[in-house]
Amino acid sequence: MATTSKLRGGRTAARSPSRTGSLRRHQIRTAYTFLLVPLLFFLVVRFIPTLMSLRLSLFDWNILREQQPFVGLENYRTLLEDGRFGQALRNTALYTLIGVPVQVALGLGIALLLGRVRALRGLYRALYFAPYVTPIVAAAWVWQWVFSPQFGPVNTFLTWLHLPAQPFLTSPGQALPTTAALVVWQNLGFQVVLFLAGLAAIPRVYYEAAEIDGASGGQAFRKITLPLLNPTIVFSVVTGTIAYLQLFTQVVNLNFTDQGGPLGSTMTVALYIYQLAFGRYQMGYASAVTVVLFLIILLITLLQLRFLTRRYDA
Amino acid sequence: MRKFLTLALTLAAVPTAAAAPVTLTYWQYDFASKVDTMNKLIAKFEAQNPDIKIRQETFPYDAYNQKVASSVPAGQGPDVVNLFYGWLPQYVDSGYLQPLPARDFPVAQVDKTFVPMVQTSKIGGQYYALPTSVRTLAVFYNKDLLRQSGVLTPPRTWEDFIAAAQKVVKGAPPRFTTLGFGIQPDGQDYHVVREVLVRQFGGSPFSKDGRQVAYDSDAGQKAMSFYTDLFTKYKLGTPNFFPGNNSYRDAFIAGKVGMIIDGSFAVSTIQKGAKFNWGVVPLPVLKGNNVRSNFGSYWVNGITKNARGDKLAASVKFLKFLTSEDTQRTWLQSVGEIPASRKLSNDQQLRRDPVYGPFVQALPFAHSTLFVDEAGQRKAWVDAINTVILQGATPASAVKRAAADEQKILNGYYK
Repeated sequence: MATTSKLRGGRTAARSPSRTGSLRRHQIRTAYTFLLVPLLFFLVVRFIPTLMSLRLSLFDWNILREQQPFVGLENYRTLLEDGRFGQALRNTALYTLIGVPVQVALGLGIALLLGRVRALRGLYRALYFAPYVTPIVAAAWVWQWVFSPQFGPVNTFLTWLHLPAQPFLTSPGQALPTTAALVVWQNLGFQVVLFLAGLAAIPRVYYEAAEIDGASGGQAFRKITLPLLNPTIVFSVVTGTIAYLQLFTQVVNLNFTDQGGPLGSTMTVALYIYQLAFGRYQMGYASAVTVVLFLIILLITLLQLRFLTRRYDA
Repeated sequence: MRKFLTLALTLAAVPTAAAAPVTLTYWQYDFASKVDTMNKLIAKFEAQNPDIKIRQETFPYDAYNQKVASSVPAGQGPDVVNLFYGWLPQYVDSGYLQPLPARDFPVAQVDKTFVPMVQTSKIGGQYYALPTSVRTLAVFYNKDLLRQSGVLTPPRTWEDFIAAAQKVVKGAPPRFTTLGFGIQPDGQDYHVVREVLVRQFGGSPFSKDGRQVAYDSDAGQKAMSFYTDLFTKYKLGTPNFFPGNNSYRDAFIAGKVGMIIDGSFAVSTIQKGAKFNWGVVPLPVLKGNNVRSNFGSYWVNGITKNARGDKLAASVKFLKFLTSEDTQRTWLQSVGEIPASRKLSNDQQLRRDPVYGPFVQALPFAHSTLFVDEAGQRKAWVDAINTVILQGATPASAVKRAAADEQKILNGYYK
């Protein structure tokens, strides 16, 4: 970024001062004109609805009723005693706690291994990336078959090993980890690509220097790779956490007739919002849940950025 | 000159204004045979009423209710709308639907001409919507599979039902290969427990006005035990045997299930898909008491608050046409749903029909649940049943749980 602006400055400096001024103004105007379009988009599609939902959360707003009375913080009070919301919140936390570390560790591990692969490099990358571009609904459908207690290849494999067949998605105890596994599997390709790029950005000279100093592979990883990869890891953890906190599509499609089931064991906050708003039309209450989810995401993201971002002296 | 022009324009405008057809918008969800049949019916109606045009619009089933709920309050959307009867209380409550004009649809006459369950859509003594056709439940059975297992006659009682299913079932939980009964709480089964088994064990699911849950009783506990025993004690099958949204039906069509309980709306899907001999028998009775009961449901057509003046008059005409016996007959022939008229359902030929007969025979004792929140009330039951079959809870505690959950929903609506 810094180099480009210097270059441009250098070029404009050759021109007469008055021309430079008008050109600058022109450039600024152009920039703002172009910025206006996405700004309008964000205003209309993001910010205004966000503020409206904040307002809506203070009303007993059911779209199937003519009266939409103002109830103040009543919706938030109901939220405190809502067992289903509590369960959704716990599940969402669990998804995040399982999903994010696993996908970051696996993504980094695979990226490191891929860095050493010489033959068929492109093929390996494509294979890992394929799930990321597969439509979620289709993947969820296939996943149902793969983990079917009756016909699933996973259970067939377990029986070969003389292990007991598992109920997976049909059991309240196993449905959540199985769903989390699907999400990890889908996100893995993206993680790998991210870490490959991060690794490629580390200058080779550091490793060469470390080698000359007699550092072991493990030491080089801890002292060079991890610190220099920190921005990538922070990005991956923050975006991953937000994605898990908003988990929805996979859960909906893994158990379509009992969404979030069995017994609410896979229910997420985002799905709960959807069911409240569009299944039961309680827009006010759903908005209150939305506001709470928004605050949780904001808080966690700020905390992560505060504690994960570190400066290292190279 | 100007006067002449004005006169000419007025003259030109008068005939067009008189002949200007009223255009009505009709909404239903997207189901190929229904949409095709409706297109033909609309053509017929328009030929009879040249001054009315009907525009049919359809939406995918999953998004349908949402679409209606978000359009009508904004003053957009249909004049005549197709709804699941279970959504009616909410739609009436919100003022979306107008009561049907008593002059055109006298309440006493509707009571007399339609099958009894239609009275569920009478709210506060007024009808808000009427169906073309209705559905009931029955047992679909795989004739070939039952015969191979040594079951020569389809079951009449629940005791026979269990015995037959036990002969058909292959494998053991959790690895079944063939099911005796395609158990599926979130399919039609929770209706069977609430509207059929509770009554067969001598109870009643709700108070007379529908505001109080009444199945937290001895009959309710017996019904829940009986149903969950099919899974826990007799091991006739397992929920979600096949993945997907219609697990039990898909598995039946694939020839992997001896019997399922399903609605008349499943007939055409099974007819198209099943590559074996299959039949339909009425829902079983208990050996001891022979009480018959069934769950009836239906889709209704109502007039929204958007239809005013000429549009209202035209909507009334269209609704009369949609609920006429002629239309009901066409609907049966092309869609396969059974007629909502008492007279047609007493038709001897229809009652003897090997496929439709069992559904039609159930009409006099079919009960419709008065849903105030269909999704929520279903979830209450599905979760309660799951506590027994997935977590080993007692049927008694499951009934209590369902009752508490459902009562909470009813209280929220009737507050």
